[in-house]
Amino acid sequence: MTQVPVPKEKWTGSIGELELGNSPEKGGSRRPVRLGGNKGAPFLSFEDAFPRKMILAGFVADTLEDVPRPVQEAFGDAVKDPVSWACSWASRGADLICLHLTSTNPEGQDASPENAAETVMAVLRAVELPLVVYGSGHEEKDAKVLERVGERAKGERLLLGKAEETAYKSAAAAAMANGHAVIGFSNLDINLAKQIVILLTDFGVKKGDIVIDPLMAALGMGLEYSYSVNERIRVAGLAGDGMLQVPLICDCTSAWKAREATEDMPKAGDTLERGIWWEATTALAAMLSGADILVLGHPGAMDLARQASSGLGGEG
Amino acid sequence: MPTAIEIFKHLPKKNCGECKYPTCLAFAMQLANSKAKLEDCPHLSEAGRNALASSSAPPIRLVRFGSGKNVLDMGDETELYRHDKRFFHPTAFALRVADDVPAEKIEEKVDQARSLRFERVGQVLKLDAVEVECRSGNVDKFVQAVETVGRSIEWPIVLRCSDATIMAEAALRLKERRPLLHGAHAGNATEMAAAAKASGCPLVLCSDKIDELADLVEMVRKEGVEDLVLDPQPRDMKDLMEKCTIIRRSAIRKTFRGLGYPIYLGMPAGKDGMLMAMTAVMKYGSLLSFEDIPAAQALPLMVLRQNIFTDPQVPIQVKADLYPVNNPGPDAPILFTTNFSLTYFTVLSDIEKSKMPVWLQVVDTEGLSVLTSFSAGKLTAETVKKALEASGAKQRSAKGVLVIPGMVARMSVKLNEATGLQVIVGPKESSGIPKFLRTLG
Repeated sequence: MTQVPVPKEKWTGSIGELELGNSPEKGGSRRPVRLGGNKGAPFLSFEDAFPRKMILAGFVADTLEDVPRPVQEAFGDAVKDPVSWACSWASRGADLICLHLTSTNPEGQDASPENAAETVMAVLRAVELPLVVYGSGHEEKDAKVLERVGERAKGERLLLGKAEETAYKSAAAAAMANGHAVIGFSNLDINLAKQIVILLTDFGVKKGDIVIDPLMAALGMGLEYSYSVNERIRVAGLAGDGMLQVPLICDCTSAWKAREATEDMPKAGDTLERGIWWEATTALAAMLSGADILVLGHPGAMDLARQASSGLGGEG
Repeated sequence: MPTAIEIFKHLPKKNCGECKYPTCLAFAMQLANSKAKLEDCPHLSEAGRNALASSSAPPIRLVRFGSGKNVLDMGDETELYRHDKRFFHPTAFALRVADDVPAEKIEEKVDQARSLRFERVGQVLKLDAVEVECRSGNVDKFVQAVETVGRSIEWPIVLRCSDATIMAEAALRLKERRPLLHGAHAGNATEMAAAAKASGCPLVLCSDKIDELADLVEMVRKEGVEDLVLDPQPRDMKDLMEKCTIIRRSAIRKTFRGLGYPIYLGMPAGKDGMLMAMTAVMKYGSLLSFEDIPAAQALPLMVLRQNIFTDPQVPIQVKADLYPVNNPGPDAPILFTTNFSLTYFTVLSDIEKSKMPVWLQVVDTEGLSVLTSFSAGKLTAETVKKALEASGAKQRSAKGVLVIPGMVARMSVKLNEATGLQVIVGPKESSGIPKFLRTLG
């Protein structure tokens, strides 16, 4: 009988490990999650015996302006308050909460950094999951918001978003000064992904405190670019590029921007079910291409992502 | 493909130059990179030719089924990662019908398969094949069912039958259609191979053990059947991911001929089955057979396939045209962008977010983004003018305002001269569009 040898790739590198959320022993109040640590390609047990933990983060925002309607409807009244929204995610089994402080946008409600930090503290009091915290995407205001959030939540080890090539110092400083981790964002390009890690580490952030977000383009909206950029980042890291040996976060909620995810279409089945699969398909492509954290908007999509993760042999 | 040195050993080493390369070694290097053809060497010995021809065969065999215009190509893949070159043959989807139901039921199911058809960025997304399963145990019923399918649709057909006697006769009677035969296993491989050989049809080999699959390949090839497909019968997603990876890597990395064939996968019903199918689209599945494809899941599955099998070097392009966004009237402004799908989708979604009515003019830039196409001379005052004329944009928008992407603000003056429209410089990043449109009023 033929013996087919299992063709393992000979990787020389591995992805750095990272913990989010500090337990009470470490001065926080979280139930921490660990990510990274992989020594082989995603979901191949013959290459990497390390049981891969896919971290699923529930999307929460403190204004509803940009929140897709099907996501709002899935949570009902809970979306009116970030605390009850986060609690709802916790009861549905999310591993992380990804909180967007969109109320701080100067072109919108222009909430103060102090108010925003208070929201973060209220969520921290209500759930024991670790938090990813974003500002509103307004560069100057985010600097102030992240600074205040970082200080108030000192010791909780948040993941702060986001540091970009053109504006990374404030997010990096807010993280470094208070023991948080930081997201290095780049726009669909392996070289830019590497560049932001170099900038952050040169600035003094430890590599073990960095998660990169190479921008997850949704199904039908450039997914193939993200799939390949993620794969290349993961392959380069495993092949020994130290600057890319960091965990990846992929935000799949952009799936709801695709028309096909929300518009009624003849012959294309129930619109909500199609939308949930649109987000879940984006999530599955992110998982197979190397994601460590998935941010999800719809609980139905999170259920499918969890089913996929355990189906592929990852924990949880 | 062997290395240049291995090829060189078989060449005549005359350095005659008749292949248009100065030396045999230079020719060998071109051959190793697939840039020259073996036939270009007039002095190659018969033995050398045979040795090189077999070792330069593609690592995964191209296998076809179907007839006439309706032929499905599977295999002939060369990459593990799409970014290294591309994946060539999109995963094909087959819907399964049984032969022990009335003809109307079969036609109903075929209609369902046909109805799952969508158009998207200039491509048609649809299922590809019908699989007919022999559950009746009766060859006449089986062939009749296939003919019922064949009358209502021209797609290629898979015959699923584990009884080699029935399969042999059915394959002979249906050989004009060149169906794919599923399948042979350790218990019936000799008979199934004979059926495939007699009918000239390709054959699927089934085993849940990779080693056994390789044995089956060797055995069936000895019977003279070369057009083979492998069904590794995965239990679940993990098993599918790992088996497909082992088969693909063995074929490509190790040039292991025993597994150098396309992969067939039967999908269980339910959400697990759909997640397996999506995994298979990304991880090397050539043909997937479904008991059922719920309509709401069909489009995500097909768009995933469209995305993954895009040539990374040829971006998806949107049709150059004038697109109304948020129900624009004559007083809405015209914005323009390139036909690179990623740029278009980003701009479109940001305009939709603003809820402001806009006429969006897409200019044919051969799939390049704004700055790249500007640098390459594809996005100029002239090309924008031509696009506006071709779409009749000025007749639709009476506002007389054209918004230019901020990145190419420097062509504003020329654009104004070319079009006679008032040119307003928009934001550099698409994300600035909602705010910009609100201030534009």
